[in-house]
Amino acid sequence: MAILIDQNSKVVVQGITGREGQFHALRNRDYGTNIVAGTRPGKGGEEVESIPIFNTVKEAIDATGANVALTFVPPAFAKDAVLEAAYADCELIVCITEGIPAKDEAEMFNLIKNKTNSKLLGPNCPGLISPGKSNVGIMPHEITLPGNVGVVSRSGTLTYQAVHELTQLDIGQSTCIGIGGDPVPGMSFIDVLKNFEEDKETQAIVMIGEIGGTAEEEAAEYIKNNITKPVVSYIAGVTAPPGKKMGHAGAIVSGNKGTAKAKMEALEKANVVVVSNPTKIGQAVKEIM
Amino acid sequence: MDLFEYQGKSLYANYDIAHPNSFLVNKIEDLNDGFELNYPVVVKAQVQVGGRGKAGGIKLANNQDELLLFSKEILGMDIKGHLVERILIEEASEIEEEYYLSFTLDRSEKKYLMMLSAKGGMDIEAVAEENPDDLTMVYIDPSESLSEDVVTEAIVNSRLNLNHKNDLTEIIKRLFNLFVAGDCDLVEVNPLAITSNGVMALDSKVSLDMNAKYRHEEFETIENDIPIPPSEKSAKEKGLNFIKLDGSVGIIGNGAGLVMSTLDVVAEYGGSAANFLDIGGGAKAETVSAALEVLETDESVTSVFINIFGGITRCDLVAQGIVEATKGKDLKWPIVIRLDGTNANEGLQILRENPNERIFITETMNQAAELAVKGNN
Repeated sequence: MAILIDQNSKVVVQGITGREGQFHALRNRDYGTNIVAGTRPGKGGEEVESIPIFNTVKEAIDATGANVALTFVPPAFAKDAVLEAAYADCELIVCITEGIPAKDEAEMFNLIKNKTNSKLLGPNCPGLISPGKSNVGIMPHEITLPGNVGVVSRSGTLTYQAVHELTQLDIGQSTCIGIGGDPVPGMSFIDVLKNFEEDKETQAIVMIGEIGGTAEEEAAEYIKNNITKPVVSYIAGVTAPPGKKMGHAGAIVSGNKGTAKAKMEALEKANVVVVSNPTKIGQAVKEIM
Repeated sequence: MDLFEYQGKSLYANYDIAHPNSFLVNKIEDLNDGFELNYPVVVKAQVQVGGRGKAGGIKLANNQDELLLFSKEILGMDIKGHLVERILIEEASEIEEEYYLSFTLDRSEKKYLMMLSAKGGMDIEAVAEENPDDLTMVYIDPSESLSEDVVTEAIVNSRLNLNHKNDLTEIIKRLFNLFVAGDCDLVEVNPLAITSNGVMALDSKVSLDMNAKYRHEEFETIENDIPIPPSEKSAKEKGLNFIKLDGSVGIIGNGAGLVMSTLDVVAEYGGSAANFLDIGGGAKAETVSAALEVLETDESVTSVFINIFGGITRCDLVAQGIVEATKGKDLKWPIVIRLDGTNANEGLQILRENPNERIFITETMNQAAELAVKGNN
């Protein structure tokens, strides 16, 4: 099972001729991921290590049946690239690109939601991996192990830390997902939690959050009402100094939410096991499984 | 990036948003240069902290003597730990009514949020808390534009003075244009006022989305005009995300989440971090050398903890950077390193081939934190 991607996913890499795009496309293919195509306007007909390149995502989908797009396109062009994949009916778009203006993110999120059936993961995220099946992103697959724990996180490297802790204790993962830490992420904690709840293979969930925003508080509310599987959580930034806030608009919108303490309390109220240090995640999962 | 009031108002000028005539003063002598404002004028301290009026940072001057007196008083003043280095001299207008207006992004709704209230010029957070009906909140779909009807409806619902409906609609639309086309994270005007000189934005709180710097030439000029501590400046020039903190363990890591978590783990072992330093994703050897150089300028650092979990960042490049920055050097402090993830074995190999007696390699994040805190005492 796993969620969102598995051995049958066919991946088109947008920006495959760039340094990062090429490195990770080839690395993921070596892992067993079906990397079926790449795109780069003007380079259609060429190849990268026998992966065919197309000018557009539409052409790539028509020729190869790709259903997942992995985007490494630079920030100035990322919005157009993501929308191109969405308008070509790509089922899932995973946008790795960091540094996209918030206005572009907000616009593309709402266009995708209003006008297409695509799901967007990211931007500014490490992507996702269903261990042993498919890696669509930049996570180091060496640290993963196939199994039954679903991992979802706002942070990239902290996801790796959590997965590493699980694998060290021989606890495998169904799917590990980084939703990204930008102001307007595509899939939210709640979207991913819902998928994990429905997935037969997933038996427990690890959720990693960080200070800022209200995504963790909203997830806590959702867990309380909808998630029957055990959840372990860690929130980064307990000792981080509070950022200076300017103006009052932000304070009116988020109220007292956003601190590590508020998030941890909300999660504990939803019967989530909250640990104080990422290295304690493995042990906590072991105890509840 | 949060702007000073005068910087926000320079953006008002670019977007044709009515605001009082003003003159920026860095030192008292500036008052002699080409000053053509009509009295009375308001002398306003330029600081990025609330409550400057109550602290005596805003004064009304009716003539040149008062202007000189108040300017001398306010320049150099300390307002809640912020030194006043600039003052804005602005033509005063007779205020008939004061409103509140802001545009921001509501992250949970994933839409733009306009907030409008007839109760401007006062503590708007208290208004929101005590009389939520006095604050009109309108969500705007970022994939659509702000229609005139929506603005009019908000003006009516907020019970603003309808005699000025057209001018209010116009200035609100222009402020929205600044928010979107200007790539602002926040545009807040308190007060948006009806004055003897028409509808005007009397104050500005603007914050810019620096991810959009590539499409706004003015961002760089504005950025260079905002003072930051020297260590943060040198880090910024090197493309590092650095924030100075109060402790003594220097921290270098990749990814904001992991770095924040490193701060937490160091605290668990009884230490405290001297800084937050994120080398970002895909760092090259030079980035790591630059990060170590930044820490060298900080006298409070007594040990360093480098915590890397490779993904898009490759541990061998990080190790190379460490070796380049430290080879043959007498290090000021011990460096504790933890590498995992992409090319970790290659990275560890490089470190072992280039030993330095003050560099320590550990297996886990906890061991590293413990050692870094110990090395500190």
